[in-house]
Amino acid sequence: MDASVAVFNGIKMTGVDFVVSVPCINLKEIFPMIDDDPTMIHIPVTREEEGVGICAGAYMGGRIPAMLMQNSGLGNSINALASLNTLFHIPLLLIMSHRGCEGETICAQYPMGQMTPSLLDTLDIPYVIPTIDTVEDAIHYAWRIAIEKKRPVAVLLEIGFWEAE
Amino acid sequence: MKRFDAIKAIVQKAEDKDSLLICNIGYPSRELHDLKDRSANFYMLGSMGLSSSIGLGVALSVPERHVIAIDGDGSVLMNMGSLATIAHQHPKNYLLVVIDNGAYGSTGDQLTATALGTDLAIVAKGAGIDEVHNTFSEEEFREKLKNVDRGVIVVHVDAGNSKVPVIHLTPEKIIERFMSECARPSMSS
Repeated sequence: MDASVAVFNGIKMTGVDFVVSVPCINLKEIFPMIDDDPTMIHIPVTREEEGVGICAGAYMGGRIPAMLMQNSGLGNSINALASLNTLFHIPLLLIMSHRGCEGETICAQYPMGQMTPSLLDTLDIPYVIPTIDTVEDAIHYAWRIAIEKKRPVAVLLEIGFWEAE
Repeated sequence: MKRFDAIKAIVQKAEDKDSLLICNIGYPSRELHDLKDRSANFYMLGSMGLSSSIGLGVALSVPERHVIAIDGDGSVLMNMGSLATIAHQHPKNYLLVVIDNGAYGSTGDQLTATALGTDLAIVAKGAGIDEVHNTFSEEEFREKLKNVDRGVIVVHVDAGNSKVPVIHLTPEKIIERFMSECARPSMSS
């Protein structure tokens, strides 16, 4: 199966109806699928921290929110993830293109890419690293954990994920 | 006019419209809580800059309810991109009120850029928001509040906080009652 279709199916199957996004080249095929789905609101944002705020509002309003982002945006969101989501126990699904890991060709992606798993650990954000075959279930599972633990949960889509088609 | 007076006027509108009200970190939330604690008030205890974003998320998710976000000049300067996102989403049930006192009021009244020439009403216009009002007196502000339900109102006030206590509600309590409010129908005609 196509990697982007698999991610979209996972989002759809989970019941996500509210998506904010900051683009990554690896996510580009998914955005039009979201735009074409009448059950989903898609809100492109200017910065990931802003997206965390919008998703928190959406959750309080009864939606199932997800943020599609690159891992570089984790750094832009840390205060909000802690002082909004952790403080108020607000779940959030972070669908994160993980750059700066094995297979990366752009050197600027490495520093943040290498730090991403340990930053998530520090923030007490659980994460899963799926393959194409497991991504649908992984996204569904991640949201279930987010709801159970009332916190953000991340799905890390490594460079290898997109190349395994 | 002080921030306290502006919030007093906003509370009246929120009561009239049965609005969900999201309030900025620090003294603004403390002043709102002191003036009129409501279950439909979300006191944003942390995450400086995100009041306008949370308000947008609520407004888009609960389109049948009126939503007001109270923000400050320092906070809007920290998350200016939010104005661009509000512009392209332009929900008709969402009003953002920016209380501009030219100072970081909760941290000792250090000057913000609006005290040094930045005009947030022009910024909001430039971001693409079609309905933006700039008000300079309490009378003018109250008049605009009466007639305007969406877009942005900037209200210029003098710096200074009221002597109000800290909020003793837990974050868990604040969000629990706010979410119950989001889930019920509007009582406004």
